[in-house]
Amino acid sequence: MLLTGLGAAFFYLFAFVAIASAVMVISARNPVHSVLYLILTFFNAAALFILTGAEFLGMILLVVYIGAVAVLFLFVVMMLDVDFASMKRGALDYAPIGAMVGIVLASELLIVLGAQFIGVGQPGSVASPTPDPLTRTNTAALGDIIYTDYIFFFQIAGMVLLVAMIGAIVLTLRPTRPGVKRQNMGKQVARKVEDSIDVVDVETGKGL
Amino acid sequence: MDAVVASYLPIIIFLVVCIGIAAALLIAPFLVAYRNPDPEKLSAYECGFNAFDDARMKFDVRFYLVAILFIIFDLEVAFLFPWAVSFGEMGMFGFWSMMVFLGILTIGFIYEWKKGALEWD
Repeated sequence: MLLTGLGAAFFYLFAFVAIASAVMVISARNPVHSVLYLILTFFNAAALFILTGAEFLGMILLVVYIGAVAVLFLFVVMMLDVDFASMKRGALDYAPIGAMVGIVLASELLIVLGAQFIGVGQPGSVASPTPDPLTRTNTAALGDIIYTDYIFFFQIAGMVLLVAMIGAIVLTLRPTRPGVKRQNMGKQVARKVEDSIDVVDVETGKGL
Repeated sequence: MDAVVASYLPIIIFLVVCIGIAAALLIAPFLVAYRNPDPEKLSAYECGFNAFDDARMKFDVRFYLVAILFIIFDLEVAFLFPWAVSFGEMGMFGFWSMMVFLGILTIGFIYEWKKGALEWD
């Protein structure tokens, strides 16, 4: 579906800003500026999602990518002990690998887009056409199929999250230091007056 | 489709006003503020001393562990939104599908708790 009029104007605005800020991500000198441009790219991608009617995806992009992932990036970039000047110097050595990854991604995109033109089509996408957004909102339309028709992928997503959780813990958790004094709430509450106070009758002139 | 996009008009207006105010506040100092730069104004004050080294330093990895665990549960909650919105239409199958999903992640949560990943020391 082609956008016309005002929709097209907004599409070109968001697309242009997205591409321009994506270029700035890799060309900015300061890595903190790179991450800020990355956030701008995410924001424009979210706007593009909303423009195509994928409201839920756009909002999730805002919440998860900008709200969590980009902030984590910023945190890492600002706090990590990395000499960015020396990293930039060798950046050109990675150009062939980067170009190869780019070519693979571009050819995959071509295959996906080209398949529609030569009439292969994905049966999965035809099985559940997008309902009219005026009668069924985007979020509800997604909810109708994710948990029932696509239950396999949904449970796989759960497994991936579980693996990510366990992996993060296994990789980063170090054994707790010995001799750390912790608060034991139950023990505190269970304490009675008799256990904690001794009333001693001391005679005058004698010590304890 | 256009009606949905058109419903975002207030947000566009809001963004334009935001950018306008932000740009005005950034540009106004260049035009009206009094400027007389001097290196002494930026130097350490009297008996203060210059910075010893860079602000970037080794950081405790546990901060990242907390952040990554947060993102994982953030994604779990993101899956709950469409489920809650179309809850009435999906029937019992959808309900139990989500319960299994939550159960899998609860296993991870119990693992995390028992491992002591939520403890700081």
